[in-house]
Amino acid sequence: MTALGDLVPTAFDPNGSSFVETMRRAAPEALPPVLRGDLPAALAQQIVHGTTVIALRFAGGVLVAGDRRATSGNIIARGDMRKVFPADDWSAIAIAGAAGPAMELARVFSIELEHYEKVEGDPLSLEGKANKLAGMVRANMSLAMQGIVVVPLFAGVEAGTSRGSIFEYDPIGGRYRAADHAASGSGSIIAKQTLKRFVDPSSDEETATTLAVEALFDAADDDSATGGPDLVRGIFPIVTVIDAEGYRELPESDVADRVDTVIAARVARRPIEDPER
Amino acid sequence: MATQFYVAPEQMMKDRAEYAQKGIARGRALVAVAYTDGVVFAGENPSRTLYKTSEVYDRIGFAAVGKYNEFESLRVAGIRLADMKGYQYARGDVAAKSLANAYSQSLGAIFMGGDKPYEVELLLAEVGELAGLDMFHIRYDGSIVDAHRFVAIGGEADAVRDALEQRWEPDMELRAAVRCAVESLSTVAGRDIPAEDLEVSGLDRNRQRRRFFRLDVADVAALLVD
Repeated sequence: MTALGDLVPTAFDPNGSSFVETMRRAAPEALPPVLRGDLPAALAQQIVHGTTVIALRFAGGVLVAGDRRATSGNIIARGDMRKVFPADDWSAIAIAGAAGPAMELARVFSIELEHYEKVEGDPLSLEGKANKLAGMVRANMSLAMQGIVVVPLFAGVEAGTSRGSIFEYDPIGGRYRAADHAASGSGSIIAKQTLKRFVDPSSDEETATTLAVEALFDAADDDSATGGPDLVRGIFPIVTVIDAEGYRELPESDVADRVDTVIAARVARRPIEDPER
Repeated sequence: MATQFYVAPEQMMKDRAEYAQKGIARGRALVAVAYTDGVVFAGENPSRTLYKTSEVYDRIGFAAVGKYNEFESLRVAGIRLADMKGYQYARGDVAAKSLANAYSQSLGAIFMGGDKPYEVELLLAEVGELAGLDMFHIRYDGSIVDAHRFVAIGGEADAVRDALEQRWEPDMELRAAVRCAVESLSTVAGRDIPAEDLEVSGLDRNRQRRRFFRLDVADVAALLVD
C-alpha cells in the first residue's frame, strides 16, 4: 500500500480511465446523489426544475441553447439560470429536470471527459462521450423513480470537423441520436413544433441562432415554466455553437440582437383589433 | 518458513539505492526548462505513443524517466488525485506541491518497505496564473527537491545539468528554451538528436484553462532550424 493508496491503477481494470468509477471506489461519499441514487423522497417536493433546452444542426456544426428560468412548484426560483455547459472543447451538455442534480451531472461529466483524455492520452469519440453520458443518466434510475428526473441533451462535433451530432436521453438512460434537432424539458414539445418546421441542416449560423431564439420564445409563450427573454433585466437565452473551431458561447449582445429581430417580426404581425371588443 | 538472514539496515538501503540508480541510469535524460510563458519538457523518446510527459491538471505537468509501467501507474494515480481534489474543492486549489508530497510519500514507502524500489524519477511542474513556476524533482527514494530554472532527470542527469547551467538564461522565448534543452541533451549524448526522436511538451500560462501543450515533430523541427 502506498500513499496514493486506492488511486494506483490495477491492470485490466475496465473502469480505469473513468473519473466517476474512481470516485465510487475511493471516495463514494463525495459523489453527488445523482450518481449514487439515494436522495430522500421527501426532498423531491422542494426541488428546483430547469425547463427548456434545445439543440439543432446547421451547416457549420451544432447549436445548443436554453432559456434561463428555473421553477420550484409555482414559484420562479431563478430567472438567470445557466442550463448549457461546455462538456469539453468539442461538445456541450444542456440540462433539464431537477436543477441541482442536473448541474452536478454536467459538472461531473465534463471532468469525466477530461479525465479520460488525460489518462488515455487521447480524447473519447463523440459517440463514446454520448454513451458514457447514458451510463451516468442510468445511474440516476432510482431517483428517477421518485420523480427526480434528469434529462440532458448532448451535442457536439467530431474534433476539428463540422460533422455535428445531437443525442437525446430519456430518464432511465435511453440514448437516441436525433436527425437534426432535439429539445428537452417542460417546454420541449412546443419548442420542437417550431424547430421541426424550420430546421435546416444546411443553414448558416445566423439563421440557426434566430430559429433557436424563435423556438425558445414559442416555448415561453405557452409553457409557464419556460422563461422568455427578460427585456427589463437584460437576460437572454444562452446560445452556444460547436463548429470546426470548437465550443463557443455567443456574446450576450449577439443574442440580444437576434431577440430584437424576432420580437420586431412578431410585433409587426400583431392583430390590430381585439376580436372580443 | 525460510530463515531470514540478518542484513544491516545501512547495507540494505545502499543495495536498494544502487539497484534503483542502475535502472534509472539505463534510460535517457529528460529536462524541464523555464521560459517566459512557463516550462518546456524535452527528452529523447523515439516512441510517438508511449509518452514520458503528460498533463495532470490545469496548470500542472508531469514528466518521468525509468521503468514505464512504474511511472505510468504513478502518473495515472496523480491525475486521479488531482481530478478528485479539484472536484471536491475548486480547480484553483489543486497544487503541484501536495501532489509532489503524495509522490514523495509513495516512493519513500515503496523504497523502504516494498519488494523492490521503483526505478523512476519524477518531475512535476506548475505554472502560476500570471507568473512563476514551481518544479519538484522526486527521486526513487522519495527525496524531493524544488527548482525554478531547470531540472534534469534520468541517465547522465548530472552532465545534462552542467550543460544546462552553461546555456540557460532568464526570459527565454519558447524557441530559445527548446534549443537550450535539446542542445544540452545532444551535447551530453555526443550526437545530434533528430526532431523525430524528441518528445517536447510543456505548460504555457497564456493558454485557456488547460495549459499543457505537446509539440509535434514538425513543430519541433521548425523550432530547431535557424
